Amino acid sequence: MMAQSLPTPAPDSTGERRRRLRMRNRAVLLVLLMLVALIYVIAIVRMGGG
Amino acid sequence: MSDVSISTETVDADAPAAGARVGDFIELLKPRVMSLVVFSGFAGLMVAPGNLHPVLAAVAVLCIAVGAGASGAINMWYDRDIDAIMQRTRKRPIPAGRVDPQEAVSFGIVLAIGAVTLMALAVNWLAAGLLAFTIAFYVFVYTMWLKRRTPQNIVIGGAAGAFPPMIGWAAVTGQISLASIALFLLIFMWTPPHFWALALYRTGDYAKAGVPMLPVVAGARATKAQMLVYTVLLFPLALAPWALGLTGAVYAAAAVILGLLFILAAVRVWFDSGERAARQMFAFSILYLFLLFTLLIVDRAPGLLGGSWT
Repeated sequence: MMAQSLPTPAPDSTGERRRRLRMRNRAVLLVLLMLVALIYVIAIVRMGGG
Repeated sequence: MSDVSISTETVDADAPAAGARVGDFIELLKPRVMSLVVFSGFAGLMVAPGNLHPVLAAVAVLCIAVGAGASGAINMWYDRDIDAIMQRTRKRPIPAGRVDPQEAVSFGIVLAIGAVTLMALAVNWLAAGLLAFTIAFYVFVYTMWLKRRTPQNIVIGGAAGAFPPMIGWAAVTGQISLASIALFLLIFMWTPPHFWALALYRTGDYAKAGVPMLPVVAGARATKAQMLVYTVLLFPLALAPWALGLTGAVYAAAAVILGLLFILAAVRVWFDSGERAARQMFAFSILYLFLLFTLLIVDRAPGLLGGSWT
């Protein structure tokens, strides 16, 4: 890989990066939990002949 | 802050410095386009004969929404080079550097597979198949093949945006019928004048990006003539749901009035040398489809207007 001198991110940028990553992880977790709940409800409806 | 060390070998020069926000990923889904797609899909679901459990109906709408969003994300990934050139699109998450292209395409693919799988498992295979075909058509036929090659890009590619009512219909009935094809044709015929109205006042933008939209290739006069032809052809097609017995007189009357107004808008564009009439026609085209499908639902839904008035 070609050596590049990239600017070192400022501390604020690193903190912001971590905050955004945390928010994204929470969003993914929320979506997965909702998907599990949705599949559970779908299964109930389908078994009930819906 | 010395505990944080970042190796230059692991930093992608193209990656956004602070990472993408959740809002950036939502923007990748093209929420405004998605809303019209969801609405037309919902209309197909509502007017179809038969019953679908409300939970499964909601799942079908969700799958259509996610599928449309996935198509948008993949489209933004593929078009990131021209999006960076065009004024209208340069602030999108990828050209603005807020989302990594690989993340965007992965996001789109995962959502597309998830939406189709959920539709197949929860609703039926025909609706899932149509959804998969729609996503594939938008990505491969429109985005990758037609968009940069022919001025007829949005005429043929417009089919992708016309499928949602058919998907909604198939979700309820498990079939493709003449009435659902009529709904497809309605949006299919509406798409060219809608997009060409936009292209007329964004001609410079499209030309700069090398996208061969009709006004760029054939000029404004030829585009305006074709817009007029399409709005005239759309007029009888908008009455097809009534002619097929899908709706009653309220819808038919509204379709006539809205159709005449749409033709009038196209006539005004024909005589207008500026871009004001084109802007107005673009705005009206959205209202036209929204009102038409609202009336389709209202006129069809039992109890809302006391059933269809024939």
